[in-house]
Parts: sequence; C-alpha cells; structure tokens
Amino acid sequence: MAELLQHLVNGLVLGGTYALLGIGLTLIFGLMNVVNFAHGEFYTLGAYVAFAALAWAGVDFFVALLMAIAAGAALGWLCEVTLLRPLRGESIDTTMLVMIGVWIAMQNGELLVWGGVAKSIPHPFPTAPLVLGPVAIAPLRIFVLVLAAALIAASWLLIQKTKLGRAMRATFQDRDTAALMGVGIGRIHAATFAFGSGLAAAAGALLGPVFLVYPSMGDLASLKAFSVVILGGLGNLPGATLGGLLLGIVEELGAGYISSGYRDAVGFVIIILVLLFRPSGLFARQERIA
Amino acid sequence: MTLAVRDLAVRFGGVTALEAVTFDVRPGSITSVIGPNGAGKTTAFNVITGYLRPAGGRITYEGVPLTGLRPSAIARRGIVRTFQRTSVFPALSVEDNVLTGLHLRGTAGFLEVLAGRRRLAAEESGLVMDAAAILEFVGLAHRRREMARALPYGEQRLVELAIALAARPRVLLLDEPGAGMTGAEKAVVSGLIRKIREQGVTVLLVEHDMRMVMGISDTVIALNGGRVIAEGAPAAIQAHPDVIRAYLGAPRGPA
Amino acid sequence: MTRAGGWLLAAAALTLPLWLSSAYHLHVAIMAGIFGVLALSLNLLLGFTGQLSLGHAAFFGIGAYTSALLTLKGAWSFWAALAAAVALAGAAGWLVGRLSLKLRGAYFVLVTISFAGVISLVSVNWIELTNGPLGLPGVPAPELFGWSLRSKTAYYYLVLAAIALSYLVCARLVKSRIGRAFVALRENEPLAESVGVDVTHYLVLAAVVSAGMAGLGGSLYAHYTRFVSPEVFLFTYTVTMVVMVVAGGKGTLAGPLVGAVLFTVLPEALRAAASWQWQMLAYGVLLVLLVFFLPRGIVPAVQALRGRDAS
Repeated sequence: MAELLQHLVNGLVLGGTYALLGIGLTLIFGLMNVVNFAHGEFYTLGAYVAFAALAWAGVDFFVALLMAIAAGAALGWLCEVTLLRPLRGESIDTTMLVMIGVWIAMQNGELLVWGGVAKSIPHPFPTAPLVLGPVAIAPLRIFVLVLAAALIAASWLLIQKTKLGRAMRATFQDRDTAALMGVGIGRIHAATFAFGSGLAAAAGALLGPVFLVYPSMGDLASLKAFSVVILGGLGNLPGATLGGLLLGIVEELGAGYISSGYRDAVGFVIIILVLLFRPSGLFARQERIA
Repeated sequence: MTLAVRDLAVRFGGVTALEAVTFDVRPGSITSVIGPNGAGKTTAFNVITGYLRPAGGRITYEGVPLTGLRPSAIARRGIVRTFQRTSVFPALSVEDNVLTGLHLRGTAGFLEVLAGRRRLAAEESGLVMDAAAILEFVGLAHRRREMARALPYGEQRLVELAIALAARPRVLLLDEPGAGMTGAEKAVVSGLIRKIREQGVTVLLVEHDMRMVMGISDTVIALNGGRVIAEGAPAAIQAHPDVIRAYLGAPRGPA
Repeated sequence: MTRAGGWLLAAAALTLPLWLSSAYHLHVAIMAGIFGVLALSLNLLLGFTGQLSLGHAAFFGIGAYTSALLTLKGAWSFWAALAAAVALAGAAGWLVGRLSLKLRGAYFVLVTISFAGVISLVSVNWIELTNGPLGLPGVPAPELFGWSLRSKTAYYYLVLAAIALSYLVCARLVKSRIGRAFVALRENEPLAESVGVDVTHYLVLAAVVSAGMAGLGGSLYAHYTRFVSPEVFLFTYTVTMVVMVVAGGKGTLAGPLVGAVLFTVLPEALRAAASWQWQMLAYGVLLVLLVFFLPRGIVPAVQALRGRDAS
C-alpha cells in the first residue's frame, strides 16, 4: 500500500509536467491545427536554458524557470511568424514537414552547442526526502508539483478569464468573425504558439533537475505530449490536464509493477489504443475550448 | 431494378436532417429531388451512397439492402454519384481522371501486376480506348491531356460526369449537375442526361434550376425540412400547394 | 529520361566497380544502394498514397533483426532469411495498415511513430532474443552457390540487383490500375470511393509492400555491416529516408533514387568538413527550405525545367 502511494505521488509529479506539455500542444495542435513535432524540442530548450542559467550564471531557481519560459515563448513566437504564417493556407502535411525540419535542426543545434553528454542541473533544494507518512518525496519534486499546478491553473485562467484568452477562443472557433470583430488574427496565432512553447519549456525546466538533460530527451517528450492530447481530446484543456496526470501515474505504476524498461511504451500504447478505439479522446464529451 | 428508400431517418445531434423519407426510383427514369436549402437533399444522397449512416430506415437496390455498406461497395453494385462541389483528381490529366474512374472495369490484381503479364497491357489499352470514348461522349476529347485543375469550371464538372460514367453506373446520382453553369452549359448537361438515360441508366438528380428539372424529369420528389412533401410528374409538382408554400412561404394572413 | 540515357545509366551502374578507385567509394555506393531501396519503399507510401510514415525504421529494423537472427541462431541460408525478413516486415506493415484504417494525416504518422517506438523498446529490452543494446555481431555474409559474397564488389552487385527489383516492383505497381488507386486515395479519397476504389484494401496493400521493401533494405544492411543493434531504430535513419524522398521528389520513381545517392554521397564527401551533427542540422534546415522553395523535389523541378509534365 505504501508502495502504491509512493508510485502515485511520483506519478503526480511526472503527470503535472506532462499536463503542461499536453496543454501547450493541445492549443497548438488542437486549435491551430499545426502538427508540431518540434514541441519536445522546446521542452529540451527549456531544460538547457535552465541548466545554463543555474550552472553558468548561478541565478535563482525561479529566475532560471522564468528565463526558460521566456526563451521557449520567444523562439515559439519566432517560429510561428517566420515559418508558419507564410504557410497558413497550405495543407497540414506541409506544416508537418516544416516542423519536422525544425525538430531536426533544433535537436542537432542543441547537440552542437551543449554536446551529447547528459548534464545534471544543480538545484538549491535539500536532497533529503521529506517523509509524509508512508510516502517519501524529495523537496525538489514537491516544488515541481506545486509549480506545475500553479502554471496549469494560470493557463486555465488565461484561457477562460483574460481578454487574450477570449480572443484566442474566438479566433479558433470562427476566424472570420473574430477578424471582423477586430481581433488581430496574426497576433493571436503567434501568441498561442508562443504560449504553448513556453509551457513546454517550463516542463523541461521543471523536470530537468529531476532527471538528466540530454539533446534527444525531446523525442519522447513530443510523443508523450501527443499522447496526452489524443487522450484528452484536441483543444480540450481539462482533458489535457487529466490526460497528463493519468499518463504520469500509469507510467509510474507500470514501471514499478511491471517493468521499468518499457515505461516509455505506455505513451505509445495509449496513442495506438485511443486512436484505434476512441479517436476523439477519453474526455471528448467535455466542452472544448473552441 | 428499383432503388427503394424506406423510412429514412438521419439525425445530427439534436437536428433532424431526414425523417420518414420514403420513395422509389423507377428503373430507366430520370427522377429529380428538389427542395429549399437545408431540405436534406444532399444528406439523402450521402446516405444512399454510403457516406453517411442513417439513424433509421432501409435502402435497397433490386431488393438487396445497401444500408451499412461502404461507398466503394455500393459503387460496385452499380450506384455511382457525383458531388455537390467540384470533385475531380486535380493533379491528374483529364484522361487519367477517367482512367481512375474505370477502376472497376479493370481486373489487374497485385500479383499479376508484379509479374507483368501481357494480358494486362491489352487490358490497359482497352481501358484507354474506353476512356477516350467516354470523353468523346461528354465532349471533352480535346482536353484529354490537360491537367484537370486547369480546366474552367464548367468543363471540370463534365470531367466529374465522365468519371462517374466510367464507373459503369446502373443508377447515377447527380448532385446539382447544373450548379454554377451558364444556360448553354446546362443545356449540354441536360442533353447528356437524356442520352445517359437512353443507354438504360437510371438517373436521380438533385437540382435547384427548376427549368432544368422540369425539362428533363419523369418524376419529381419534393423535400422540405427533411420530409417528402410531394411526389409526382413535373407539372403536378409545380402546381402543388405544399411545394409552392415551401419555396415561397405561407401566404400572409389578414393584416 | 531518354532511352539512350537509360541504357547509359544502366551500363554505368553495372560497371561501377571497375572504375571506382577505392574500397571506400564502393562502400559509399553500397550504402547509397541500400538507402535507395529504403527511399523507394517510403515513397510508395508518402509519394503515392500520400500518407507519411515516420516509423519506417521499424520495418527496416525488423528486416535487419529477422535476417540476422535466422542466419546467426537458426543457421538459415541468407536467401531464406532474406525472404523471411521481407515477409515479417511486410506483416508488420499489414498490422500498422490495419491499425490505422480510419486514420489519415497526422494520426497515421503518430501511429507509425508509436509502433516504431514500441518495437525499438522491445529490441532493447528483450535481451534473450535480441541481445539488447549489445547487439548481434558476426552476422554471416551471404553465399551464392558456395561463393561468399563478402567482398565489396560482390555485395555491390547484390544491392544493385535489389534496387533493380525494387524499382521494377514500384514501376509496375505505379503504372497499373493499382497505382491509379493509390494516387486516387491521395488526390481525392471520397471521389475514389465513389467509383469503387476499396480504400482499406489499397492502403493496406501500400503499407505491406512498402514495409516489405524496407525489410529487404534491412536484411541487406544487416549482412553488409555484419552487426545489428537497436541503433537501427534510431530516428536518424527515418529522417534520412524522409529527406531523401522529399528532396528527390515524392511521387516520382526516380526521385527517391536521386535523393538516396545525393544524401549518401554528400554526407560522405562533407565528412571531413563537418561532423554528422552539422549535417543533421543542415538536413533540418534543408527540409524547411525544401518545403518553401522546392516543394515537389529535385526530379520534378528538373523535368519542369526541361519543359515536360512530371508524372
């Protein structure tokens, strides 16, 4: 029982960051209809920026996180404006190929800049785990969980309550009407992509210190993000949140009780099973964001 | 040889697109389906040809049920349709478009193709000749080698017709064949439809142009709000009070 | 390409070992050939039915492992193992095809990636079968009537034969009613269905042939490098195949081969100047540039320049 709780707690920590990845991608894939295979690279970028900020510049952990988010958002904004905007009328296959190109370029760029050796991100938290009843959890992981929850809540608030969020929902629900009402469509697209990429970078910066940072870590992150999006339904923020948490928990349980070598297979299997049996996602009955 | 539709019902979420739709399409006839926008005409086509699953009802052809079959299986039974918006294979030549339509007439299977049997070459030249004949029939022989998407609108719709004819239909469903066409082009299409009927093909068409409809139809079926409101000869339908009301609205009461 | 040009090319290909100066060059030619088979296989799916498979390395890897294991542990002859590799890879293609029946576009891509991911994990974790990350060394070279095909020259001709076979299969398929069905699926699926094209059948057929051909490439690779490890499932191989097909010209027959030669020779030529990371980076940038400036690829662009319609 204690073991189960331990796995659940670990799963929640992981799941929180998966939810961040998923929310970002559900906005980009679900709303903008861009097959962003480079999503995981923004995750990696966030981790590396956090690494650079902490290991080289020695800044505060929160500052490092903010820098990572900013870097992800900025690069995302740049990608959207230079690469996706000119292709906006094209078929989805075309943008998919472009994002594959960005994926390859970013990953190998990271390889060139930081080398292939995995890096460890220094963090200011004590390593001794906190013991809460039957469960032991490292302070770092508590921090990750809390921050992930905060970012998820902030995302929900942004989408539901702010003017920007309303404009985003309007744009992706009915673009022409939104344009007629004065919404700057181009800015909304760029903002959405930047927001999604920033969330991915946040996930990378949060998980970076927990595990190691290496250039190809984004591959799995991309796929797990897609897995979460498919599970939760395209454009469905609550679905992506729940899906992310579910993926994290199932992965931890699988690794703990079945086999740790196959833990990454969970995301793959989810994709295959959901697309096979319930393509609209497990939570599709909930209201979509747009 | 009758295409029989019984009690067809189609619902999208809370909206009823078709309800209790029942009619027969007599073999060898030209039957038109008319009705205001949103009456359910294209929906009926989609269900008959397998692109949509009905919520209820049955469709049979020669007594054999069609409901639940995939569009390609329905085409194999001789029921072929065209689409409301221009539907061709844009990056292929006109000839290749028709050759693709001749798919069911070919018999080349995977292993035979790999083996490169000589009889396949003969079959291919036969198909090329068939394609030429069909293009001749619709009057596009001179466009044989051109890219389908480069053709003007009216000719693209003729390519559509040629593709459908290539599939050797016994029942041909035409979805708004006259849409967007000039008067002259409509006359050409009407003439083609008559010639198609003369070859023994049953034609069911959805059309908004009343002159065209009244000019070529044997039977007219009027839909409104997803229901059949009238069925009969063109002249009778034209004078039918329910049909007039559907198009023009109810007469105004006393002020 | 004119008849005379075709014969010239064939003559050049057949006599290549005679006028290549070193074993290294022959090695490059062999690798180009193996990738040519892989590019042709991917092109069947991507270029003709219009569906992108980013998991093609899975079929390549299944072919490599099957061939290696049967000859190493089962003492099968190379030719039997080759046939089995093609068959098993084809069966995997059938599975992916049936799994993805209703899926198109991005969803199909995701299923292929997931499938490749699962297979890759199996190859790493199922140590009793695959020896895990350590891989399978000592894969035997092929033998023909008692002669070992170990030498580079002999292997070159083996690969050349494989390319000729693959090209023939593709050409025959594409120019037939089956090829028209493939293209119809790509161009306008509902219209294709309305004239009786059984979408499922042709999509699965394309997947099976494409996967089987990739398995052929895998077997050739295994018996050439004589070593198979989970690295065959590296995404790099898939990426290289995609770039070859897209740059060469998807939907053409010569495009994949042009792409294969270009992207095998070029990296080797640039090897002294730039590490493979730089090359992969360049691939990424190139893919983006291609989409913007040369979307149809090199072969159609050349054909357009010479004033003909690309087929």
